[in-house]
Amino acid sequence: MRDKKQDVIDQTLQDLNNDGIDRRGFLKCMAWAGTGLVWTFSGGIPVSRAFAKNAVRNAGTGGDFSFVQISDSHMGFNKPANPDVATTLQAAVNKINGLAKQPEFLLHTGDISHLSRPDEFDNVDQILKGASAKDVFFVPGEHDVLDDDGKSYLERYGKSAKGSGWYSFDKRGVHFIGLVNVMNLKAGGLGSLGQEQLEWMGNDVKSLTSSTPIVVFAHIPLWSVYPEWGWGTDDSAQALAYLKKFGSVTVLNGHIHQTMQKVEGHVTFHTAMSTAFPQPQPGKADSPGPLKVPAEQLRSLLGITDVSYVRGHHSLAIVDSTLE
Amino acid sequence: MPRRGVWIAGAATPIVIAALLLLAMPTVTANREQSSTATAKVTIDNFSFRPQTLTVAVGTIVTWTNGDDIPHTVVSDDGVFKSKARDTDEQFSYTFDKVGTFPYHCSIHPKMTGQVVVH
Repeated sequence: MRDKKQDVIDQTLQDLNNDGIDRRGFLKCMAWAGTGLVWTFSGGIPVSRAFAKNAVRNAGTGGDFSFVQISDSHMGFNKPANPDVATTLQAAVNKINGLAKQPEFLLHTGDISHLSRPDEFDNVDQILKGASAKDVFFVPGEHDVLDDDGKSYLERYGKSAKGSGWYSFDKRGVHFIGLVNVMNLKAGGLGSLGQEQLEWMGNDVKSLTSSTPIVVFAHIPLWSVYPEWGWGTDDSAQALAYLKKFGSVTVLNGHIHQTMQKVEGHVTFHTAMSTAFPQPQPGKADSPGPLKVPAEQLRSLLGITDVSYVRGHHSLAIVDSTLE
Repeated sequence: MPRRGVWIAGAATPIVIAALLLLAMPTVTANREQSSTATAKVTIDNFSFRPQTLTVAVGTIVTWTNGDDIPHTVVSDDGVFKSKARDTDEQFSYTFDKVGTFPYHCSIHPKMTGQVVVH
């Protein structure tokens, strides 16, 4: 009998875009850990490329500006497969600084820390200070708001944010929206945005013209990656409804420590890798706990993801390779 | 380094824990109530509470122990009890002194649910 979970995965990863990358190829392509993504805006269309020197072939190198997404640094985690997450975060920063085209700023999509401790946040801040791009925009992961309802997170990263840490800003005509979906989670549920934040978001985008490129970033995926493991957001449909009028919407998430991408109409969903440790493919383990791989294998799994998104025919190309 | 050790709701000092342990010991001087304190355990492994439904008598001290590499919490759906984040091998205990059904979940991973039935 066919594994029910596998069916779900296949459904999730099917070749929706007829781009010639079948689901098995996609799974094989997935690489993990220790990297970031570079997003380049080329004529308003975000195109991501990876950190590798030779990975720029689809990258739209003539873009107006670029930024880097990093995620899930989990500072303070010290168990297999990565007892030294500071070193791998530093490696990600080194990669950023080595990019031929320097990003204007960084996005960190949450789980900055492992246990919301001040020293963990301090360590991340210190390491990120070494990045050539000085501006870093954060949203919290569930590990950043553990025991104080996010108070210490907000004091450090969200002074000008609304509610539990949501905000928006504009860069060169692109509208960025940072959302929080890790607070007030209900028993048995998934990630949650909540009514107050949704109403704010509706107002935030109301006056924008439909040609404004939109980037939404939040920790837990805003699409249903694998609800059995909590990899989705209960009320994301309402958030996405506000974005229907826009011609280019890019949704960037973390949380699942592996790359996944899906295109639905004008919306591209993408999850970034962690800089700390890999997690299993959906349903491929008893739980979504850290994937334990030998130390030498971890380094070989430090993955890069090269993603191109071209408006018009909604095709996406994903090329993954290791950093070594 | 994560702080290890037993953590009792509202009273985190080792002295209190030691006192409780002493009280619970069936020594010659212990009275019946103290010596009959029942305990029960719930383990957290692979992002699940085991057993998912625990049935105990009134007065039972239930202790959860996190066996995962990722922190979890034990939070009553109805606000009756709430642990702080418990990292690997850390514990949370709560004394159930009322009859009823007490559903709970991990507030970090809300797909993790369980209940304690007290009779």
